[in-house]
Amino acid sequence: MDKQTKITEILRRLAGKPIDPAPGESLFESGLLDSFALADLVSALEKEFAIRIPDSDLRPRVFDSIDRIAAYIESRS
Amino acid sequence: MAYLRALGCYLPSRVVENSEVARLVGVEAEWLLRATGIEQRRFAAPEESVASLGLRAAEDCLAGAGISARDIGLLIVASGSSERRFPGPASAIGAALGIAGTPAIDLPIPSAGSLFGLALAAKLCRDYGDILVVGAEIMSRVVRLEQAFRDTAILFGDGAGACLVSEGSGFARVVDSILATDGDFRDALRLDLNAPLAMDGRAIILQASRKLPRVISELLARNQRSPGEVGTFVMHQANLNLITRVAQSLGVPDAKFFRNLGRYGNTSSASLLIAATEWWREMGGPMQAPVVFAAFGAGLNWGALLAAPV
Repeated sequence: MDKQTKITEILRRLAGKPIDPAPGESLFESGLLDSFALADLVSALEKEFAIRIPDSDLRPRVFDSIDRIAAYIESRS
Repeated sequence: MAYLRALGCYLPSRVVENSEVARLVGVEAEWLLRATGIEQRRFAAPEESVASLGLRAAEDCLAGAGISARDIGLLIVASGSSERRFPGPASAIGAALGIAGTPAIDLPIPSAGSLFGLALAAKLCRDYGDILVVGAEIMSRVVRLEQAFRDTAILFGDGAGACLVSEGSGFARVVDSILATDGDFRDALRLDLNAPLAMDGRAIILQASRKLPRVISELLARNQRSPGEVGTFVMHQANLNLITRVAQSLGVPDAKFFRNLGRYGNTSSASLLIAATEWWREMGGPMQAPVVFAAFGAGLNWGALLAAPV
């Protein structure tokens, strides 16, 4: 499973429904991520990709779309 | 050894219900309650100032302690909504208390300011004796009750709290504290000159969700305590969902976290001491288990303080 598919799976799990956001779609503007879901997303990404996301990288824009999340994960791998 | 000796607070008399705020910012009152958990807040009267609110809380605290203001060796006042760049409200409160000559220090730190004041007072009371810590805010004057600013306008209220920290005796012994600052996120919550309060809520929640449980865990671990041994957690009253999240992260029941956000909204640096005052008064007897105070806010500044029964 590629990174984008894994990220989409995580978002579906957090949303509790079969969402299918476009890779470049803003997860905040579309209402798929609120402040607390964002914190859950960060924890889920750390677990799924076995990475540690430092506090200095906890900026909402880093996690605003599947494309941005995938790029960030790539940079940490 | 530092002790918490007495607490006090003051809330302005004007109660502002959600219906009034909702009309001004163009939302439904029910939505406002659902989104924030806030039912009402207090707004200061036009003739009131940050210092006058702080003075009332200070007097309430001193009355509870049964001491005169002249017995205070140091006054520390936290506020992020002071009317002037300088002098801050500390000197005005000192003057109103009639304690000219006693040092009065301003901490221009919103949200976590009173926690910083408590932690510093616990370190300084050996040299200064009884130290009065005050947190006072008029947040209703630093937000704009307009639709364009509704994300912040709906959250805040006015009030003041105070705590007397003493070297001699008190109802709780200060065991330890941790304070921290991360200036990389200083723009995420700010009050610029001649502009309303600005907040990147997502960044603040994201940072607080991680930093608060971590600092509480670190504080307890280094004092050989577990979260389960703590009787009550008294946090800065910023967001009910954040408080629930911190409880979950620490693995303790939600009920251990004191809450009064619903009645007063977020009163910034005053909230911790207002909540602590209500918790202390509701206790109605000697403290039976440790208490943890914790706060997070602009700066970013955050921290936690552990106090134990005497």
